[in-house]
Amino acid sequence: MTVEDSPIKLPAAAPSSPDQSVPQFRALLKDRSVVRAELPDGSTAWLVSGYEEVRQTVVDQRFSRALAVAPGRPLQGTEVFAAGSINGLDPPEHTRLRKLVASAFTARRVEALRPRVVSIVNELIDAVLDRPQPADLVTGFSLPLPVQVICEMLGVPAGDVDQFHAWSDTILGDWQGDSDQIMTALTNMYNYFARLIEIKRAEPADDLMSALIAARDQADRLSEEELTTLGCTLLIGGHETTANQINLSLLVLLDHPAELRKLRADAGLIPGAVEELMRYVRLGGGLPPARVTTEDVQLGGVTVRAGEAVLPLFATANRDPSIFSDPDRFDISRAPANHLAFGAGVHHCLGAQLARLELQEAFRGLLSRMPDLQLAIPAEELRFKPGMALHSLCELPVRWGQP
Amino acid sequence: MTRWLVAVDKRTCIGSAVCVGTAPAGFALDERQRSSPLAADIAPDEAVRDAAASCPVEAISLVDADTGEPVDLY
Repeated sequence: MTVEDSPIKLPAAAPSSPDQSVPQFRALLKDRSVVRAELPDGSTAWLVSGYEEVRQTVVDQRFSRALAVAPGRPLQGTEVFAAGSINGLDPPEHTRLRKLVASAFTARRVEALRPRVVSIVNELIDAVLDRPQPADLVTGFSLPLPVQVICEMLGVPAGDVDQFHAWSDTILGDWQGDSDQIMTALTNMYNYFARLIEIKRAEPADDLMSALIAARDQADRLSEEELTTLGCTLLIGGHETTANQINLSLLVLLDHPAELRKLRADAGLIPGAVEELMRYVRLGGGLPPARVTTEDVQLGGVTVRAGEAVLPLFATANRDPSIFSDPDRFDISRAPANHLAFGAGVHHCLGAQLARLELQEAFRGLLSRMPDLQLAIPAEELRFKPGMALHSLCELPVRWGQP
Repeated sequence: MTRWLVAVDKRTCIGSAVCVGTAPAGFALDERQRSSPLAADIAPDEAVRDAAASCPVEAISLVDADTGEPVDLY
């Protein structure tokens, strides 16, 4: 594989339609798996799009997250927040924090939450069905579901959920638009968690924040600042991600009526369909979290020099034709067990099992209780929030038939 | 001297590669992206213990070779 000398230029604005963005991107890369690119801010980085190469970038410890968010590096969007959080650490510092929360998010612990998730799904659908049509599925379902679940896990009082959502929305929002507002939201959320920690310290409960406080106070396994930031990170991470994966997944299903019919006919296909939706949907709206090499590394036939930035393009790797045949075809029977939508390596999404559970139960509920669910406006009229982090829908107006 | 026995349940493994990232000298993925230990009988190793504690599906078992008891992961 040859590499052209001049870097490709990455467009400043992400393509508006997440559906079309991966084929467009691949065309831009001319099917090369590792390409040098000039980013919108003028810096250069290696774009990594091949499946094996993306895996190497996120698993091999020579690709460092800590160096990528170190002082002096150009940080965009949520990378500013990552710089002070678990998402910006390498082992062994990363491992120390990850171990504290990993046990709360294992498949076994998450499975125990399934009955509660099912009842939240049903309560939300009850409320949507009571409303006049069309109804907005974002405010009525896809957002409150993960918000309720993560708040209950963490022990955030239900009455504070709206406040949290406003902050989280701002933090994942338009970093080029108003960074002051975003820094204020970050500060507010941080201060809120600092107060919540004091309350839970005085009156511990059976929730994750109380468990983390015990890990700090009894075993001194993390600092007060780490504890507070971890709370913020878990809350933000368990929020718009799942919500918009529900939104975008529903759009994909509505756009593939034959697959949707199969799914309605056999709910047993839902777990496999969720995996195919994870593979197919491009949730990220901008640039992925960068890595910086600690030494010269061979990657997909090129030499990445020590200190160079590398961007793993997960959604493009999920359409690598050498791994997924006919990769742009959406096929729920594919049920891929090896997609990279949750990343891989030490930063593999902590909430992956929880997200799977929420997605499975969300679609089980929507398909069984809202037959003929359909968009109330043409798909082209759907609007995404401006910003970089996620393809986040402003509204998802829907109609439905009689159950 | 204490020895640890390491095993990965490949049917449970989801290929997250958290273990490979945490303990690159302890684990590797096969061509199907499923993990296995590079050595099944090891001297106590904190990175391997951390990997077992961090596995999202608890697919890694770590046992004290003398006692047959699970190693305390935390």
